Amino acid sequence: MCSVAMLSVLRSDSYAELSQYRDQHFRGNRYDQERLLKKSCTLYVGNLSFYTTEEQIYELFGKSGDIKKIIMGLDKVKKTACGFCFVEYYSRGDAENAMRYINGTRLDDRIIRTDWDAGFKEGRQYGRGRSGGQVRDEYRQDYDAGRGGYGKVVQPQ
Amino acid sequence: APPRPLLSAARLAPLPAPPQPARPGPAASMSRRRHSDENDGGQPHKRRRTSEPSEIEERLESLICRVGEKSTSSLESNLEGLAGVLEADLPNYKSKILRILCTVARLLPEKLTVYTTLVGLLNARNYNFGGEFVEAMIRQLKECLKANMYNEAVYLVRFLSDLVNCHVIAAPSMVAMFENFVSVTQEEDVPQVRCDWYVFAFLSSLPWVGKELYEKKDAEMDRILSQTESYLKRRQKIHVPMLQVWSADKPHPQEEYLDCLWAQIQKLKKDRWQERHILRPYLAFDSILCEALQHNLPPFTPPPHTEDSVYPMPRVIFRMFDYTDDPEGPVMPGSHSVERFVIEENLHCIIKSHWKERKTCAAQLLSYPGNNKIPLNYHIVEVVFAELFQLPVPPHIEVMYTTLLIELCKLQPGSLPQVLAQATEMLYMRLDTMNTTCIDRFMNWFSHHLSNFQFRWSWEDWSDCLTHDLDKPKPKFVREVLEKCMRLSYHQRIIDIVPATFSVLSPANPSCIYKYGDESNKSLPGYTVALCLTIAIKNKTSNDEIFGILKDVPNPNQDDDDDEGFTFNPLKIEVFVQTLLHLAAKSFSHSFSALAKFHEVFKTLAESDEGKLHVLRVVYEVWKNHPQMIAVLVDKMIRTQIVDCAAVANWIFSPELAHDFTRFYIWEILHSTIRKMNKHVVKIQKELEETKARLARQHKRRDSDDDDDDDDRSSDREDGPLEEQIERLQEKVESAQSEQKNLFLVIFQRFIMILTEHLVRCETGGIDVITPWYKNCIERLQQIFLQHHQIIQQYMLTLENLLFTAELDHHILAVFQQFCALQA
Repeated sequence: MCSVAMLSVLRSDSYAELSQYRDQHFRGNRYDQERLLKKSCTLYVGNLSFYTTEEQIYELFGKSGDIKKIIMGLDKVKKTACGFCFVEYYSRGDAENAMRYINGTRLDDRIIRTDWDAGFKEGRQYGRGRSGGQVRDEYRQDYDAGRGGYGKVVQPQ
Repeated sequence: APPRPLLSAARLAPLPAPPQPARPGPAASMSRRRHSDENDGGQPHKRRRTSEPSEIEERLESLICRVGEKSTSSLESNLEGLAGVLEADLPNYKSKILRILCTVARLLPEKLTVYTTLVGLLNARNYNFGGEFVEAMIRQLKECLKANMYNEAVYLVRFLSDLVNCHVIAAPSMVAMFENFVSVTQEEDVPQVRCDWYVFAFLSSLPWVGKELYEKKDAEMDRILSQTESYLKRRQKIHVPMLQVWSADKPHPQEEYLDCLWAQIQKLKKDRWQERHILRPYLAFDSILCEALQHNLPPFTPPPHTEDSVYPMPRVIFRMFDYTDDPEGPVMPGSHSVERFVIEENLHCIIKSHWKERKTCAAQLLSYPGNNKIPLNYHIVEVVFAELFQLPVPPHIEVMYTTLLIELCKLQPGSLPQVLAQATEMLYMRLDTMNTTCIDRFMNWFSHHLSNFQFRWSWEDWSDCLTHDLDKPKPKFVREVLEKCMRLSYHQRIIDIVPATFSVLSPANPSCIYKYGDESNKSLPGYTVALCLTIAIKNKTSNDEIFGILKDVPNPNQDDDDDEGFTFNPLKIEVFVQTLLHLAAKSFSHSFSALAKFHEVFKTLAESDEGKLHVLRVVYEVWKNHPQMIAVLVDKMIRTQIVDCAAVANWIFSPELAHDFTRFYIWEILHSTIRKMNKHVVKIQKELEETKARLARQHKRRDSDDDDDDDDRSSDREDGPLEEQIERLQEKVESAQSEQKNLFLVIFQRFIMILTEHLVRCETGGIDVITPWYKNCIERLQQIFLQHHQIIQQYMLTLENLLFTAELDHHILAVFQQFCALQA
């Protein structure tokens, strides 16, 4: 009785929950995807600067546990960093702590965002935007020095 | 959003009666048929619109948990309303309500007096319910003690004692319980930590109930207090130095937790038990409550000590602020005031409740009542650092505290950052006497914090550290901070953020050192092979060809080389590892690929223990400017079994690393290595347990099926593979446990050797033993004990008989004795 009884108010773990995002390129149905997301040890990390290095990511994400692998996101054409990466931990608990305490804090002076990922598959390290980078860099209107300046749609031809 | 009105008693009807329980089905396979289907074979009828039991429980739980939160109505009116609702629900939902109330008593101690008041009101309306609640609480207390849940048990005891104030429990019976608690100190042959807990549970309830108990039973209370005092005088405190954050008593003594609490209770008694900080909603209901009949606690016998009992470790109370630190604001309660105790307890409880939700945690901390009467920001910062610096380990993962402090700064941007800056300054000023492990945590926190605020800091304020020897705590701290800041940014950034005078403390540019790189190194032995190897690797040759090239490397250790070339050849290792690491220097990923691709070559070259050690030496030579790279390479090499944990331990204590011995990254590597070893053992043990469970399930399935098949041979055949697996895993577990024990023994042995060397040298030279190096080293030894205490407990006999014997220098033996005292 003692060790089992809990309170929902204390069970709340909103930072570690699944977000609304689902990868549209995922091979499989929604149910499979969610099953994988719920036991995944891999995080997607977004809003990185193009200049953020693997070493910096190791240092920051290493604070929630031992890292198994980091895969840098690359521009499909240029094969250079395009502002995202995957971080895989050995244990889910370490990934959860990253979601709780590293998501929404700064790396390289930028607020980064982490989300659960169903698992790395070859090809997923490339941006899906038409120009080779991430989709968000195709259409944004603002100037971001760490992400190649203006969005592609605004840039002069 | 404006706070929602929580309850409106008049409009809130009691919950509907529960649906009738379904009749049990005739056989297991029928059990899933719903009640409504069983009724008729004809048309299915609509299910009656009643709430599911779980929904009702959720609603009850929500109502109870939310009382006391921000509301447009007063707390008293909300409590009264809730009491009315629950009273009406008692006929149908009594057991659920009992369970929820017992759970909030155990898990929401920061709202203790809100819930004792609620129970008081319920008891006034329904005497039987009050009695059943008290019984349920006693049952829960006994279960907690048996399950070693001592921290939660304290909250239950405190709850029971506050029920005296609510006229639910009769004061004399509470005093009787405390008499039984404190008489545990008379038990023989029990660990001191057992007696400590019962004394703590008694003393820590007195801020809430001391006044009432003393008024009713002063003679008995005096007796219990005097028994407590004599216990506190005779208990041993060898463990205290190991748990103190600072070794100095100025400006604030770092007191053992029972000593501090005793002083606080003494002062409370002297003030005639007047306590004004705790919010007591029950005072507003005094006229109702004093009409209520009280219950007597049943006589409570503390469960006896067993082999499986694990009591909480002693603590040292962390203090860094006093009333002089915030001269403009409200006065901070003194270190021996009971207010200080209550505030700290409640703030710790809030963190314990909300550690997963950083925004909620920050908000709850900042809305702690009494904001204008106490310097809340200072209390919060002190409590957060108390947890961050707690020895042996913080209650939660370190990074949580960094992010929590950032959330607090966001919520109080005009005041909290200044308190944090003040705290940082104070911690820096007292580095000379701060425990090395705590300096690590301070450094980790500070560098990570700065990286969220563009590394803005008034470094010039710390120019005094430039006048000291670089191995003194202050300049050492700044160096380590800058190195960590660089890891989170890049080298030039660090050069830019510090004044030019600080360049002597700036980290090295993390570049690779390749000894065969320059033409001027032509004369080095192995130079030509290195060139050859470089070309070969760039041309993606096979491992066999690599072996072929390496055959040409002469062995400086022997006159004639072995045919296979598989004996330890340091030059071969040097040429290969230097060249490969240089080629793969671009990033961690490149280096990891290199380790994977040439794994076979590594395994062969590093087959012997000397080989492993030499590989590590070469890695260091190449990457000594980039400690982070060394750490990740060592991690990979352990995981791919190129080197083993013992090799890493021996390497760390080797003369080649003596220059870096006090640097943080070395200990980062050693503790990471120990952790990997520990996780490995746990993993195999788990596999073993799971396989045993599978076998047990297989047996059970066989037994529960019909007994027609009496063929024992077929059963054995089924069991065979699993039993074999279990045997293999058993061997694996034993081998892993033996490797783990060996690792710790190697580490302790090397510590003893290196410390003894130092002590002998100092004695013969007539110089003071306590050098910065010595302080660092002895505290690193303490850190091993503290950080891995659960595992090391298994080796106590071996350590006592083999390593930490009476002949050892008393400086070193003291560390071992302090460790033994922690669970004595």
